[in-house]
Amino acid sequence: MEKKKELTVSAIENGTVIDHIPADKVFQVVKILGLEKVSTPVYFGTNVESKKYGTKGFIKASNQYFAPEDVNKIALVAPTASIIEIKDFEVVKKHSVAIPDRIERIVKCFNPNCVTNKEHDVPTKFTVVKDAQGNIKLHCHYCEKNTTQDKLEFI
Amino acid sequence: MSISLKNRSLISISDFTPEEMCHVLDIAEDFEKNPHQNLLNGRVIGSLFFEPSTRTRLSFETAIQLLGGNVIGFSSTAGTSIQKGESLADTITMVASYADLIVMRNPIEGSARFASEVSKVPVINAGDGANQHPTQCMLDLYSIRKTQGTLENLEITLVGDLKYGRTVHSLVEAMCHFNAKFNLVSPVELKLPSVVKQHIKDRKLEYHQYTELEDAIPHSDIIYMTRIQRERFPDPEEYEKVKNSYVLRNAMLDAAKPNCRVLHPLPRVNEIHVDVDANPKAYYFQQAQNGVYARQALIAAILGLK
Repeated sequence: MEKKKELTVSAIENGTVIDHIPADKVFQVVKILGLEKVSTPVYFGTNVESKKYGTKGFIKASNQYFAPEDVNKIALVAPTASIIEIKDFEVVKKHSVAIPDRIERIVKCFNPNCVTNKEHDVPTKFTVVKDAQGNIKLHCHYCEKNTTQDKLEFI
Repeated sequence: MSISLKNRSLISISDFTPEEMCHVLDIAEDFEKNPHQNLLNGRVIGSLFFEPSTRTRLSFETAIQLLGGNVIGFSSTAGTSIQKGESLADTITMVASYADLIVMRNPIEGSARFASEVSKVPVINAGDGANQHPTQCMLDLYSIRKTQGTLENLEITLVGDLKYGRTVHSLVEAMCHFNAKFNLVSPVELKLPSVVKQHIKDRKLEYHQYTELEDAIPHSDIIYMTRIQRERFPDPEEYEKVKNSYVLRNAMLDAAKPNCRVLHPLPRVNEIHVDVDANPKAYYFQQAQNGVYARQALIAAILGLK
C-alpha cells in the first residue's frame, strides 16, 4: 500500500526560523514579534514532536529578520527558543534568546492603579530583575511594583 | 565637588544620593533659622492636588509663601478640566507653561514619574497613591538628624502598618545609607514587604522583628509610629482585628533612652495616646513643622536658588 504523503512545511529561501518554542506559546510569540501584521508568508506549527522537549512549536517567517532587542522580547515566554537566520536556503546564523534588561510596551503592568493602566497612551516600561531563586520579575518604571511571571499579560 | 539639584525632579527617595539628601537637610537647617527669605520673588509654583491633603499641601503652600512665591493650582479636581476628561499629560503640559515648578499629589501610582517626563519644568512628587512620598521622607530625615545630631548608626523602631505604609518603605530605604539598625514591630498581617527588607539585607544591616512594642522601646533612638489604614483592608473584620494592635502610652516611654524621640507622619488615630503629647520625647508636631523647612529647601535647591 502506498504510504500517505505527509504535509510538511517547506524550507524558506530567506528569513528567520524560530524553533523550540514551548508548544503553548506560539501565538504569543507571533504577537510579540508583530507577525500577524506582516504581508510576507509566515508558517507556524505547534504540538510538534521534539526529542529535547517532548513537544514544541515553531515559526518560519519569510523575508523577516529581527534585531536582537526585538527577538529577545520573546525570551519572556519562550526562553528555550532558537533563532535561525536563513539566506538562500542556508543557515547563516543560529542563536538562542536572552532576556533583555528592559522591556517596553509589550507587557501590561499588573497593578490596576498604575498610571500605564489609568491614563491613555502611557506606554509601559520595565526593568527586568531576577530574584534569588532565579525567577524573573518586571519592575515598573512608573509605579515601582513588580509584575511576576505568573501575572504576565501581553498588550 | 559642590552639589546642585537644579532642574532635578524628586519623584522617589531613590532619586537622591545620601550626599544630596544631606545637602537638602543642610539647606533646611538654614531655613529653620531664617524662614523668611524672598528667594522666589516673582516666581510661580503649580500646586496640583488631585486628592485632598492637609499637612502636605498646607506645608508646601506655607513654604512657597515664606519664600515670597506665588501659588497656582487646585486642591481637588472639582471644577477643573480633569473632570471633563482632560489627560494628565495635557494638564501637566499646560501648567508647566505657566509655572516654574510643579508640586503634584495624585492617587494614581506612577503618575508623578510620568508627569516629570512630560513636564518641561521640574516636578516634586507630593504623594502618588501607595507608591512614593519623598518629601515626607526628607522631613523625617530632617527630624531624625535634628533630634539625634546625626543620621549615622541609629536604632530605628518602626511600628504599626509596615506593609502598606509608604513613609516606612522610603524611610527604610533612606536610612540604609546611614548604617541604621531596624526594629520592626507589626502584626503578622502587616509585616514589612520582602522587597523593602531586601534593602536592609543588601547592605548587611541588622534588623529584628517584634510583636510586642515594649520589647523594642528600651534600645530605640527613634520610635516611628504609623496609623493602620482602614482603607487598605478589603475586609472590615480584618481591620477590626489589627486596628488596636499597638498603642503607645506615656508610661511606656519611662523605659526609653533619654535621647529617644517619637515620630509619626500623622494623622494619628489612636496609636499614640494623647497622654504622650506632653512628654518631651513626643516630636510628631515639631516633625510636621519641619515639613515646611524641608520643602522650602527642596524648592530652593531645585530652582537653583540655594
